[in-house]
Amino acid sequence: MSNPVLSVRDLVVEIPTRNGILRPVDNVSYDIAAGEILGVVGESGAGKSMTGNAVIGLLDPPARIASGEVLLDGKPIQGLKGEALRRLRGKKMGMIFQDPLTSLNPLLTVGEQLEETILEHLPISAAEARKRAVEALEEVGIPAAAQRIGSYPHEFSGGMRQRVVIALALCAEPDLVIADEPTTALDVSVQAQIVALLKRLCRERGVAVMLVTHDMGVIAEAADRVAVMYAGRLAELGPVRDVLTNARHPYTAGLMGSTPLASQGQRRLRQIPGAMPRLGALPQGCAFHPRCDRAEDRCRAEPGPTISACDGRAACWFPLGYPQEATG
Amino acid sequence: MSALIKVKGLTRIFDVSKPWLNRVIERLPKALLTAVSDVSFEVEENSVYALVGESGSGKSTIGKIVVGLVPPSQGSVMINDVDLATETDAAKVEAVRADIQMIFQDPYASLNPRWRVREIIAEPVAAKGGNTTGLAERLLEQVGLSAADAVKYPHEFSGGQRQRICIARALASEPKVIVCDEPTSALDVSVQAQVLNLMSDLREEFGLTYLFISHDLTVVQHMADRIGVLYLGRLVEEAPRDILFEDPKHPYTRMLFDAAPRMDGFGREVDPPKGEIPDAINPPKGCAFHPRCPIAVERCSRERPEMRDVRGARVACHLAE
Repeated sequence: MSNPVLSVRDLVVEIPTRNGILRPVDNVSYDIAAGEILGVVGESGAGKSMTGNAVIGLLDPPARIASGEVLLDGKPIQGLKGEALRRLRGKKMGMIFQDPLTSLNPLLTVGEQLEETILEHLPISAAEARKRAVEALEEVGIPAAAQRIGSYPHEFSGGMRQRVVIALALCAEPDLVIADEPTTALDVSVQAQIVALLKRLCRERGVAVMLVTHDMGVIAEAADRVAVMYAGRLAELGPVRDVLTNARHPYTAGLMGSTPLASQGQRRLRQIPGAMPRLGALPQGCAFHPRCDRAEDRCRAEPGPTISACDGRAACWFPLGYPQEATG
Repeated sequence: MSALIKVKGLTRIFDVSKPWLNRVIERLPKALLTAVSDVSFEVEENSVYALVGESGSGKSTIGKIVVGLVPPSQGSVMINDVDLATETDAAKVEAVRADIQMIFQDPYASLNPRWRVREIIAEPVAAKGGNTTGLAERLLEQVGLSAADAVKYPHEFSGGQRQRICIARALASEPKVIVCDEPTSALDVSVQAQVLNLMSDLREEFGLTYLFISHDLTVVQHMADRIGVLYLGRLVEEAPRDILFEDPKHPYTRMLFDAAPRMDGFGREVDPPKGEIPDAINPPKGCAFHPRCPIAVERCSRERPEMRDVRGARVACHLAE
C-alpha cells in the first residue's frame, strides 16, 4: 500500500468523570488508503462514532484525546485547535452525519451553504463558486441542480437532503471523508442509492472513506476493509470478505451469527449471551470474556492483545480457525 | 385453521389541512392524506403475519387500527368475529380488548419512567380490577429477567431489557394477539437476536398470534409465516413467506429485495432503484408505483390494478402472471 491518507496510531480517548476515567476509545490503530472505504462496525457504545469524532476534532469536552496519533497525509493533526483545525476541516476532511436535517442550516439555502464552504477553502471567485456548487449537486445526483440550488433544506426529501450533505462534504475536494451512519435514517431503496453514490465518488475521486455503521449488509457491499469494535477496542480488522465470512474474533463470529440472514432456515437465531458492558464497569482482562464461550484463564487475567501484536487480524488470545489457517 | 384477525377494505384518511383561517386566506384546498387504502388480509390463529414497507407505507397505521388506537375511516377489523369499532355489546368489546396487546418500537418512550416495573407490567390486569399478586415477578422470569427487577425503574435497564419488560406487559392480560410495531429496530443485532428468540419461544408456549410490522426484510424472513408488502398505503403483494422470497411477483417487491443490503454481497454493484416514495397527499394516478416501475406500461398510469391470485400469491399488478 502506498502512503495512507489517514493513519491512526494507538488512539486513546478519555472522559474524566466523577467515578473515574472512562475510555470510550482504547488503543485503536488503523490506516485508510486513498480510494479505500474502511467500514467501522460495532454495537451502540462500542466507540465507533467517538473514533470518527476524535479524528475530525469534534470531541465534546470533557472527552479528549489522551494519547496516540492521528496522521493525515503523514502530518499529525491531533490536538489542533482554532484556525489550524478549521482550515483542515472541509478542505482536507469532510464529514457526513446520520441525520441530514440537523446537519444542514435551515435558514440558508443549500446553495449558500455550499458556496460558503467552497469560498472558505478554495481561492476562487463568487461566480465560480456558484458554478462549482451546481456541479457538486449534479455530481451527487440531484435533478435540476441549477434550479434546486436556491431551495432550503426543508424543501428536499430525506434522501435528497443526505445527497446535499454529501455534496457539502465533498465540495472542497477533501482527501478523507468520515461518514457516520450515513444511511441509518433512510429507507432501503434510498439507502441503496446513497451507498452506490458513496462508492462511485470514492472510486472516481480517490477519496479515503471511513464508513461508520452498524449495518453488516451495508459494510459487506460498500467497504474494502472492515474494523470491528467492541467496548472501545478494535476486535478485528481485515479485508471485508475475510472478516465477514471467516471471522477470527469470537465477537465478530457472534455478531455475524446473530443476524437473521445468517441463521436462515433455523428456527432460532444464534445469540451472544449478555450485553456489552458499560464503560464504567469493564470486566477484568478481555472485555468480551464474560460473553465468550472460548474464554480461558488468560482472557480473564490479561486484556486482549492488540491486533498488531498477534496475527494482525483479531485482538484475541485464542482466535477462531487459526490452526487451520497455518496448515493450509 | 380459522382466521383470528380479518381485515377488510381498511381505509384511513388523515386530515392534514392547514388551519381554517389559513385555508381561507391562502385559498388552499383541504389536504387529505390517505395513509391506508383498501387493505384486506386475514391472519390465522397462532401464526405470524408480517407487514413490510418503507416509511409512509401505512404499516404502523394498520397496526394502530387493529389494536383500536386509531379508528378506521372505512372498512373493518374483525378480531374473533368482533368489530371493535362498531360492536355495541360492552362485554364483548371488553373481552376482545384484553385479547389484543401491542409492543412498540421505542422501549425508551413506551415505559412510564416514574412507575416501577411491577406497576408497569401489572397495569393491563390492574386496570380491569384483576388479581396481580406475583404476576409481574412471574412474567419477568418468563421473559428472561429476574423477579427482583420488579421493584426497579425503567431507567435501570438497557434497551433490550426494556423491550423484554414491554413484552412482559403485553403478556400480562393473557392476550391471543400481539401487534409488534418494529419491536427490534431500536436494538443492536446481538440484542435483536435475543428478543426475536424470546418472541418465538413465547409464541409456542402461549399459542400467540403476531401481527409483525417491520421494514427489515431479514427479520421478516426469519419471523413471518405470511407477508404483506405495502406501498403507499396499499397492499401490493401478499404471500406465504417462502413463495414471496423465492418468487416475488410485484416489481416493487423485487425492487425492495434487490435494494436491501446483503451480507454476502461483497462489492456488489447495485443498480439502485430510481426515484423516491411519492407524496401520499397527491399519490400518482393508476398504480401508485408506476412512476418508479421499470416495466410500467401505459395502462398502469390509468388504471389501478386489483388484487388477484397469481401462483400462490395475491398481487396487485397488471403485468404479474
